[in-house]
Amino acid sequence: MKGVVGSDSSFSGGVAVVLVVLVIDMDTIEVSNLNRQFLFRQSHVGQSKAKVARDAVLKFRPQMSITAHHANVKDPKFNVEFFKQFNVVLNGLDNLDARRHVNRLCLAADVPLVESGTTGFLGQVTVHVKGKTECYECQPKPAPKTYPVCTITSTPSKFVHCIVWAKDLLFAKLFGDRNQENDLNVRSSDAASSSDHAEDVFVRRKDEDIDPYGRRIYDHVFGYNIEVASSNEETWKNRNRPKPIYSADVMPENLTEQNGNVAKNCVVDTSSVSAMASLGLKNPQDTWTLLESSRIFLEALKLFFAKREKEIGNLSFDKDDQLAVEFVTAAANIRAASFGISLHSLFEAKGIAGNIVHAVATTNAIIAGLIVIEAIKVLLKDTDKYRMTYCLEHITKKMLLMPVEPYEPNKSCYVCSETPLSLEINTSRSKLRDFVEKIVKAKLGINFPLIMHGSNLLYEVGDDLDEVEVANYAANLEKVLSQLPSPVTNGTMLTVEDLQQELTCNINIKHREEFDEEKEPDGMLLSGWTQAPPAKDDKQSMNDKQSIGNGGDSSNALQTEPADAVKDGEMEEISEPSGKKRKLSEGSKASILDATDGTRNHKEVEKLDDDDDDDVVMFDDLDSMTNKKKRLQ
Amino acid sequence: MDGEELTEQETALYDRQIRVWGADAQRRLSKSHILVCGMKGTVAEFCKNIVLAGVGSLTLMDDRVVTEEAWSANFLIPPDENVYGGKTIAEVCCDSLKDFNPMVRVSVEKGDLSSLDGEFYDKFDVVVKLINEKCRKLSKRVAFYTVDCRDSCGEIFVDLQNHKYSKEAISVPWRALPRKASKLYFALRGVFEEAEGRSPGEISIADLPAVLKLKKELCEANALNASHVTDSLLERLIIGTREFPPVCAVVGGILGQEVIKAISCKGEPLKNFFFFDVMDGKGVVEDVSNPKKESK
Repeated sequence: MKGVVGSDSSFSGGVAVVLVVLVIDMDTIEVSNLNRQFLFRQSHVGQSKAKVARDAVLKFRPQMSITAHHANVKDPKFNVEFFKQFNVVLNGLDNLDARRHVNRLCLAADVPLVESGTTGFLGQVTVHVKGKTECYECQPKPAPKTYPVCTITSTPSKFVHCIVWAKDLLFAKLFGDRNQENDLNVRSSDAASSSDHAEDVFVRRKDEDIDPYGRRIYDHVFGYNIEVASSNEETWKNRNRPKPIYSADVMPENLTEQNGNVAKNCVVDTSSVSAMASLGLKNPQDTWTLLESSRIFLEALKLFFAKREKEIGNLSFDKDDQLAVEFVTAAANIRAASFGISLHSLFEAKGIAGNIVHAVATTNAIIAGLIVIEAIKVLLKDTDKYRMTYCLEHITKKMLLMPVEPYEPNKSCYVCSETPLSLEINTSRSKLRDFVEKIVKAKLGINFPLIMHGSNLLYEVGDDLDEVEVANYAANLEKVLSQLPSPVTNGTMLTVEDLQQELTCNINIKHREEFDEEKEPDGMLLSGWTQAPPAKDDKQSMNDKQSIGNGGDSSNALQTEPADAVKDGEMEEISEPSGKKRKLSEGSKASILDATDGTRNHKEVEKLDDDDDDDVVMFDDLDSMTNKKKRLQ
Repeated sequence: MDGEELTEQETALYDRQIRVWGADAQRRLSKSHILVCGMKGTVAEFCKNIVLAGVGSLTLMDDRVVTEEAWSANFLIPPDENVYGGKTIAEVCCDSLKDFNPMVRVSVEKGDLSSLDGEFYDKFDVVVKLINEKCRKLSKRVAFYTVDCRDSCGEIFVDLQNHKYSKEAISVPWRALPRKASKLYFALRGVFEEAEGRSPGEISIADLPAVLKLKKELCEANALNASHVTDSLLERLIIGTREFPPVCAVVGGILGQEVIKAISCKGEPLKNFFFFDVMDGKGVVEDVSNPKKESK
């Protein structure tokens, strides 16, 4: 939530407007929000953002009608009928998935959408009106970055790879769901690993003391595993071999001599349990040495078992969990040391691991003002005046705020123009499940799909299915495409629908035998969703900007980097976009405030639905969200 | 807050912005002192931004009594007479601002800018005032900003050296300015000169002929084509004296960013005029400094 208040209803001039506002936000308030979300105070931490925002706004505009929904905008109750109530929808979302969802609902309901995003000093506001302008998805948004599994498990070259390893593999293995598949022990292809043996290694034995357990884990992942990986000649032909690190070499002393012993029986608030505090390392901005990282690693592990044993087996990484962040930073640092990658501070590591989007009050205020200006244009149906406005960090063509006319809809956009897509896939190897996970959900953003081949239903999701249907669909998922009851082969056309979003998408299937493991790790290639043809160069720079603050998909792919997709120095000279532009009407005399007389009832929806504060959620799923909320309440 | 390291509280609260400008910049912010004169809507937005950013102190000057116009565009003033009754605008705003960030010292200074002396100004790193406030020469090290918003436009004037919204700066012969200089600048200057004879906001549509006449005269005197400043723009600026809240947010945001840049010594300050006009949606930066004044 950006602290946008929908629209301030005090127009000067001849128009008195009654605003009815509805706010949706699933999140609760955190301390780190308070540097910019000024409707909230310290005393509100833990409470619903939607509700507190409403109360705060009513204090200075008591005559407004505001309804607050502490809910997820993707909830089926917010259907097309619901959206039809509104004259305009304002988005202050932080992830791509939710944005796409709202985009589709606004298209189905034919309600104008004002979209926005910020990251640091950059931001933009865009207007989307069905049939008149591009929809939010006409320009494909960059998917959040994912890394090949082998890079994470065997050949990291950047610190972010070490973070992903520490967070999604090691932390998950030690403290998360034991039954979850985990690539932690993926070895080079020639080593035959017995999975039973691998399981034993990470589980703490019945009478094993915490210190020897910690060292055992340390030696296994930083010592033994590295030695094994190092032995594969092929992998290291053109790369520097990693160095195995053993605890005895780094910390020869007995660990129990460490200071900072927390009495076992005293009741400690879990939020204050910290390995850093235990070891007297105070500054999160300091970069630890290998020795310090190793100490933190063991101390954090110890504290998890000593103070939070009940949670072990259920934990998922949460950037606001101090101990978890300490552990992941330490583990990532040790791994980095192994691979000759530079170590990072907790502050930096937390940002990477938590996909933290940096944010300031000023940019948000500017974007908020611009959102309201566009919203007013929409309410006044001032179509020719709609603008996409970009807030730049560096002056470009003498501008810090750059307005651009919206483009016409992209005729090949599968969302608003219903153009069929093409999918290259190996129909004798890929299963329906792969298609559903990697294409339908991950790429198309359809989370509750209905998949048909002609009139044959291959797969659907719903509450009203009977047992037989559910079993059939489950069976279909495991079948290879060409083996489905209604076989899917080269030349087949599949139809994918989402009833909630009222979206239909047709996909032409093309069979292909081989896929490049590095370039096409999914083993399939979706195409046909192209940008509008003319002025491609201009579009490119617009695209870069449009990716600001998009957030990521919720997907289970191995992780990503923060979506500060546009970094300093990437802003180029932006030439005025040519091509299918809408004409700006000349010489308009009316002040924006003149409008018409009389009162109007305007309803707005402000959609402020965060999956995780203002952080870019890459693949936190609903479960971890529930866990987090439970902790806060 | 005055120690070398940021406190744990500061690190937690400012985490997201420290990731933008760094811990050093944050420390510098926490030691800075800002003076603000004239609490209109844009200035209120600016104050909110820098209080959230965590400056050391903020001093407010505005002895005016609260009116409906004041709270209609200034979100720091609740429309509740029980709250604002008997207080000056500065006092009400001070109470609200303290709430946003208890780590910032917000206070009120009574009186007029023009009656204050250099010694008083020396306490501050930054001064922000409205376009029609007059003030005397300040100490060299103070960064100085002037802001104005009317109707659907807004402007900021930045002076990191001269420390005075000097008529000299805008006395630059119009011919000398680049041809494409923002039309808005000329228009505002026209309005400003006319308004000089009055209190702020006293201008009304009845003045329009006089302003148009003035514009014609000024253009002739400067050998500039009169169509450079459209009548409709002037009309808007004269009729619309009230601030438009979203413009306050935009201009207050840009101003906030500029002041933060100046204090933290991070980022290139804009030189030296910024304009925003809702009609074309552009936020433009113009350099209208007098080349002669460069040497100090």
